[in-house]
Amino acid sequence: MLKRLIATTAVLAAATSWAHAQEIKVGVALPYTGIGAEFGQLIDRGMELYLKINADKVKPYKITLIKRDVKNPGGADAKIAVQELLTQDKVDVLAGWVYSPNAIASAPIVSAGKKLAVIMNAGTAHITNMSPYFVRTSFSMWHAGHAMGEAAVKQLKAKTAVVGYTDFPPGKDSLAAFKTAFEANGGKVIDEIPMGGAGAVPDLTPFFTRAKEKKPDVFFVFVPAGDHAAAVVRTYAALGMREAGIKLIGPGDITQDTKLQAMGKDAVGMITMHHYHADLDNPENKRFVAAWKKEYGADTTPDFMAVGGYDGMAAIVHAVQALKGKMDSDKALEALKGWKYNSPRGPISLDPATRDIIMTEYLSEATMKDGRVFQKVIGKIENVKDACKELKIPPCAPKS
Amino acid sequence: VIFGIDFASMLLGGLAAGMVLFIVSVGLSITMGLMGFVNLAHGGFAMLGGYIIVLTMKHWGIGFVPALIVGCFLTAAVSAVLERLLYARLYRAAELDQVLFTIGLVFIMISSVTLLVGPENQPLQVPAALRGQTNLGFMEYRTYSLFLIVTGVVIVLALWFGFEKTRLGAQIRATVDNRRMAESIGINVDRLFALTFAFGSGMAALGGGLGAEFLGLDPQYALKYLVYFLIVVAVGGLGRITGVFYAAILIGILDFVLKIYLPQGGTLFIFAITILLLLWRPQGLFVKRPT
Repeated sequence: MLKRLIATTAVLAAATSWAHAQEIKVGVALPYTGIGAEFGQLIDRGMELYLKINADKVKPYKITLIKRDVKNPGGADAKIAVQELLTQDKVDVLAGWVYSPNAIASAPIVSAGKKLAVIMNAGTAHITNMSPYFVRTSFSMWHAGHAMGEAAVKQLKAKTAVVGYTDFPPGKDSLAAFKTAFEANGGKVIDEIPMGGAGAVPDLTPFFTRAKEKKPDVFFVFVPAGDHAAAVVRTYAALGMREAGIKLIGPGDITQDTKLQAMGKDAVGMITMHHYHADLDNPENKRFVAAWKKEYGADTTPDFMAVGGYDGMAAIVHAVQALKGKMDSDKALEALKGWKYNSPRGPISLDPATRDIIMTEYLSEATMKDGRVFQKVIGKIENVKDACKELKIPPCAPKS
Repeated sequence: VIFGIDFASMLLGGLAAGMVLFIVSVGLSITMGLMGFVNLAHGGFAMLGGYIIVLTMKHWGIGFVPALIVGCFLTAAVSAVLERLLYARLYRAAELDQVLFTIGLVFIMISSVTLLVGPENQPLQVPAALRGQTNLGFMEYRTYSLFLIVTGVVIVLALWFGFEKTRLGAQIRATVDNRRMAESIGINVDRLFALTFAFGSGMAALGGGLGAEFLGLDPQYALKYLVYFLIVVAVGGLGRITGVFYAAILIGILDFVLKIYLPQGGTLFIFAITILLLLWRPQGLFVKRPT
């Protein structure tokens, strides 16, 4: 009896695995609850939307998303989730990572598990060096920060800057990126203000008071997108920093599309450098935004995080197609190195040397148009690589 | 001007932050002093009030002041129900039981709000009149901060008057000082407890709404600022309106100034200072005699 049972189970198991030979399991580590839940949802929706509106590109394979909630930015939860995805769910590909500390903590597990791992947000520059299986379809803090440092001098004619940043890895990265480029072009960073941690939105008034007193030409702010960004704009307006002649600039986190309309008039005049916002004028983005609004509601909008998820899924599908559904991590990495794709953010590719994204950075100014806040592109830099790795700045420099 | 930072804007910023701390913490101080009850869910009532205020403004389109009143009374009512149903059973329980109960209540509040409203921050739409800058003659400063300072002063005066000059206030003071004696001279302590508890929660709700402009409002609010409220109560002493007021102003300004000059220290300094203050005067800075 027992033998028959075992035999039947074995046959059944074999049959199931055959029937699902074309199924690719993608393990997703994102915050689905807690303070980062809205980010998790944006990336999740970006991935799902790709699979839905590009169904013809996915065929004949079936992509199954196995989702794990990683709500804490501290790293420990992510490590456990990634381990379980690898050992219990036996996923073929890993994806997700909103917070940099989570990607950093996951790196050794990813290396040990030897599975392709697509980073869809976490932007600390050196993360992609931490495991050879990481590819990144989002951004590095240096993409926007470095480009902004250059543009602040050349286009905005700024001579002095104060940098305010949230005190965690991507914040320090953003500061270093901006400062490097700003000072290389002849500007001077006159003050650097750490503004609390990423876990909760602090009262920004004391930090902005200090910045205002230094009277810089520009105030470069990096805070995590979302609620932090809304607080930045509110405090900037309430303290009368615009009237004091201080321009608020930063990476696009401070004008995240999902928060922009609620900021209203306070947002006008903010200048950001970023690789994506929903107002970008290209056919691929028009299709993406229209599909998003149809799927998730007219009052919702995709943003740079959603695009990270969308393009990440495009990368995974590319690897699956190139390998004809037989997932082998080393071959998948080969297939993705140099991969070119026409994204809603414009043409992107993956740098074969670093597995990080190469893309266009847009300098945008928030304006009012037809009663809504509109991000007007006032400049762009094409084929931007992660400057941290390009310039070999520690900790991005290869270990000798 | 001290080290390049304007002294007046520092003082005003700290005062505004201190006023919010005071409005939220005063209820906690009274209920802890009066009932000897460790109510860690106090921040939860502040959050609840903040949500009612922000959401009624958003969905019903009512003004800021009416919303504040609705939030204050609704939260007071909810807390009165909870007090009669749950808190009243634990007045004679051990402190650990009280702490476990109230921290459990905080988690239920956080999860309920996440479920019903969502995890994201709820922005407070401040009326146009309170936005921007006001000219004070010698400088321009954030209108909303000035509004908070004025509101805080009005509230502390009203509370001081109610506490020191009315019959109810006298009953509360009597009960804080010696509950058995108060009971024996015919003060209805149960009724007093329910009233003060509801009142304290209503004040917390007011603080939650008023402070949302710069403290933000999300489900984690209930825990995030609890430490600050407890610090204010510990430094100010239990059951003393003026003590809580001075402590809130002191902590508000110190925190603000330290964040300006030593932003890399985060909240470390304020905690260190609190420890030193309490080592020096464990009964609180502004309590005249040890209780």
